[in-house]
Amino acid sequence: MTEIPSPLPGTFYQKPAPDQPPFKATGDAVAADDTIGLVEVMKTFIEVKAEVTGSFAGYIAEDAAPVQAGDPLAKVK
Amino acid sequence: MTLKIVKPGLATSIQDLGRPGYFHLGIPMGGAMDRLALRAANLLVGNDEGAACLEAAFLGPEVEFTAPATIAITGATMPVKIDGAEHPGWTAIAVKAGQVLSFGYLKAGARIYIAVSGGIATPPALGSRSTYPIGALGGVEGRAVQAGDELPVGAADGAQAGRSIAPDLRRAVSRPAELRVLPGLYVHRITDEARARFFGEEWKVAPEADRMGVRFRGGSQMDFVPRTPPFGAGSDPSNIVDGCYSYGSIQVPSGTEPIVLHRDAVSGGGYFTIGAVISADMDLIGQLQPHTPVHFVPVTMATALAARAERRAVLNRIREALG
Repeated sequence: MTEIPSPLPGTFYQKPAPDQPPFKATGDAVAADDTIGLVEVMKTFIEVKAEVTGSFAGYIAEDAAPVQAGDPLAKVK
Repeated sequence: MTLKIVKPGLATSIQDLGRPGYFHLGIPMGGAMDRLALRAANLLVGNDEGAACLEAAFLGPEVEFTAPATIAITGATMPVKIDGAEHPGWTAIAVKAGQVLSFGYLKAGARIYIAVSGGIATPPALGSRSTYPIGALGGVEGRAVQAGDELPVGAADGAQAGRSIAPDLRRAVSRPAELRVLPGLYVHRITDEARARFFGEEWKVAPEADRMGVRFRGGSQMDFVPRTPPFGAGSDPSNIVDGCYSYGSIQVPSGTEPIVLHRDAVSGGGYFTIGAVISADMDLIGQLQPHTPVHFVPVTMATALAARAERRAVLNRIREALG
């Protein structure tokens, strides 16, 4: 199991837009370059890349949660 | 010698101490949001205090050096890596040609300052190399740095590596952070109860905070003293007949979310300002992460001036230690 950390502090979003499903669902294949969520800071949405490969095992950080740099956002098996 | 930007980080920009003198024309002072950290970084590498550095918020850039140099990273706590090996912050570090500077995750604070011996030597605009993106002034073509940029660096021997700034001279962000405020020109626009709530409640830094202003959320909506709007002020109770804004002034549009104006802020407008964060605490604002809890504390002019003298004394101790 690998945890994907937030690269920076801000507000974490699991979805690309409020009316859309999360980037990943449990069991989805994950490639290193896949976006698993967004962190909002300074009026910018930064895509969080998985940077690991495997199978998505769920989000750790809640949608719209405040996060700090290094906080775990999601798990990959 | 140049600095090659391999990865830019997030809104990493060239900053010095700014371009005071044009605020009356609507051009902000600009410059480092944490001025002490920029001065300290420059002193560590043997530069003039106001030499141009890189300011990076929340996320460190990746930078390659094309010639040997002395560098120093101050401000936020973020692991400093040279070719992957960790080095301390607030310390002069010798780098060789071809080495790459990168960073780990931000641990505390918000902005780092990267000084290089000789200083970044992009062309000054109106007396400063500070980047003001809205006005396309300074920096690299008036914008934040991008991957592939090669930033010119001035000639210098570079100070001796290994010198560092004692931990007690670095300012940590307390939790909650305390920002001291001198109540100002328009504080009479809100009720005494609203004023007491503003200073009594806990606020949180909003994620959209940037170099122009830092917004806060979490406190109560403010109640205004009823009035007949003066000519030209507009109907919103938070409107005034346009006035000047100072560095550090706190405007509260519609009485909901206070915004502290920082280095790249507009110079005037039509919102009332409740007061101003004292100059001694403006560097601290540059080091606030999103969601940090904050208390605003009212102070007198005498306290504000004493606090300014205290900060100047810290800077003098850094100057003496590295002189």
